[in-house]
Amino acid sequence: MDSPTAIRLRGVSKRFAGSSTEAVTDLSLDLPEGSLTALVGPSGCGKTTTLRMINRLEEPTSGTIELFGQDTRNMPLHELRRGMGYVIQQAGLFPHRTVAANIGTVPKLLGWDKERIGARVHELVDLVGLDPSLLKRYPAALSGGQQQRVGVARALAADPPVLLMDEPYSAVDPIVRLRLQDELIALQRRLRKTIVFVTHDIDEAIKLADRVALLDVGGVLAQFGPPDELLRAPATPFVERFLGNERALRRLALHRVSDVTFGPVSSATTGLPCVNQTAGLREALDALIAHNAPTVIVTDDVGTPIGSLTMSQIAVALHEDRA
Amino acid sequence: MNKDSFIWWDWVGRHTAQIQSATYEHLRLTLIAVAVGFALSLVLAAIALRVRWTFTPIAGFAGLLYTIPSLALFAFLLPITGFNTLTSEIGLVSYTLAIFIRNIVAGVDSVPPDVVNAANGMGYQPIRRFVTVDLPLAAPAIVAALRIATVTTVGLVTVTGLIGQGGYGAFIDSGLSRDFSTEIVVGGGLSVIMAVGLDTLLVGAERLVTPWKPRPGKR
Repeated sequence: MDSPTAIRLRGVSKRFAGSSTEAVTDLSLDLPEGSLTALVGPSGCGKTTTLRMINRLEEPTSGTIELFGQDTRNMPLHELRRGMGYVIQQAGLFPHRTVAANIGTVPKLLGWDKERIGARVHELVDLVGLDPSLLKRYPAALSGGQQQRVGVARALAADPPVLLMDEPYSAVDPIVRLRLQDELIALQRRLRKTIVFVTHDIDEAIKLADRVALLDVGGVLAQFGPPDELLRAPATPFVERFLGNERALRRLALHRVSDVTFGPVSSATTGLPCVNQTAGLREALDALIAHNAPTVIVTDDVGTPIGSLTMSQIAVALHEDRA
Repeated sequence: MNKDSFIWWDWVGRHTAQIQSATYEHLRLTLIAVAVGFALSLVLAAIALRVRWTFTPIAGFAGLLYTIPSLALFAFLLPITGFNTLTSEIGLVSYTLAIFIRNIVAGVDSVPPDVVNAANGMGYQPIRRFVTVDLPLAAPAIVAALRIATVTTVGLVTVTGLIGQGGYGAFIDSGLSRDFSTEIVVGGGLSVIMAVGLDTLLVGAERLVTPWKPRPGKR
């Protein structure tokens, strides 16, 4: 994980005109290239303000923000922004433009020719899993989930190295939200963009992010690290409160069965539950409890048993990770 | 036929050439006034939107112009600019400003904030955003203003008959001075027909410029 830093915040503070308190206080973060960082925290923690300072929709009161080593203040505003995908809540699609035209927005601003834009739009529709028949529709005719996919396609259109996502899924219903999250994970596995993702939902942050930056009110950084680290060792009582209960159980979801040193295939496998090695440990534990079984059989992708896993091995795995 | 009857069709038949040229003249005065007024308002509205404090004086001045009785305004302008199209148009354009400026500003203000935010975040520069995002989304309000301004102007053009202009207004004036109802009915009636016709065209135009607007009965 020693990727070069894509976005570097150094001592960034923001105080809005007429406000007596800071919205963001002396924030320093290094976001590695190709990582997905979640900015998470309660309302008033400055997470959206922080995001908006990266593409300079807000200007910091003090401190610097660098993009690939270059101070963003020295870059022309429109060039900086065209080089970053921007996805917001409710998608913010242009109601007066078709889905195709919406997706082609930034390429058009960049002066691409029609054929190139058209080809790119079709590529993106495929990438985000949209039905191409929607291209000629206007946003009003789309469901919330479809609009959000168009929003992501639009942000990716000019293939920017950075993607800024401001609570993109908070307005869609829970089932669609889960699916969009899975799609983003799959997309990120392919594209390896540097993504900054603002959310107030800690579970969303844990599920999606390589790193979580948890902010307290006033934009004070409470903890910054991989989700597992926050769950295992909350730095402050605030972090512990914000993470909520069942931290060990939630950590299990972050680990795969294949990450664990499991035992050999036991002689008698009949009647024992099975779990794919790519599944999470939480799923393995669930199988153990549901079947009241001493061990769960680990299988490979075609279902051949390759090992077995006990409750205590699962518990040990969480502790080993501490090292 | 009796001269006292409401409308004397014989007169209409003998004056088709005059009616035709009055129609052309009426349309010309109306379209110039609406076009010039709209262009001027677009610039003033853009200024008011960009530099917010200017909205009150700009809209206030346009509103003040709107309150001046048309008859008085033309009478006031006459000694300065004379019996010509310019005099008519100064008056006619003045009356469209208040309608246009307020509606354009209100229309642009009603553009959803998340759309504006997305446009800015994607790197739109101000003028391009105004022309390709703000104005198209304000189209329903702008077309509404065009309809009011056009219908109002068609009516007002008749008043410029007083200064030797006025398309159908000339018939009305002449009818009044000669106490001849046919001319008043023809002038007034055609003016109404023109107003309704232009208004209908604009309703159609709105559908053309806002194909994205969900309409009842059509998905």
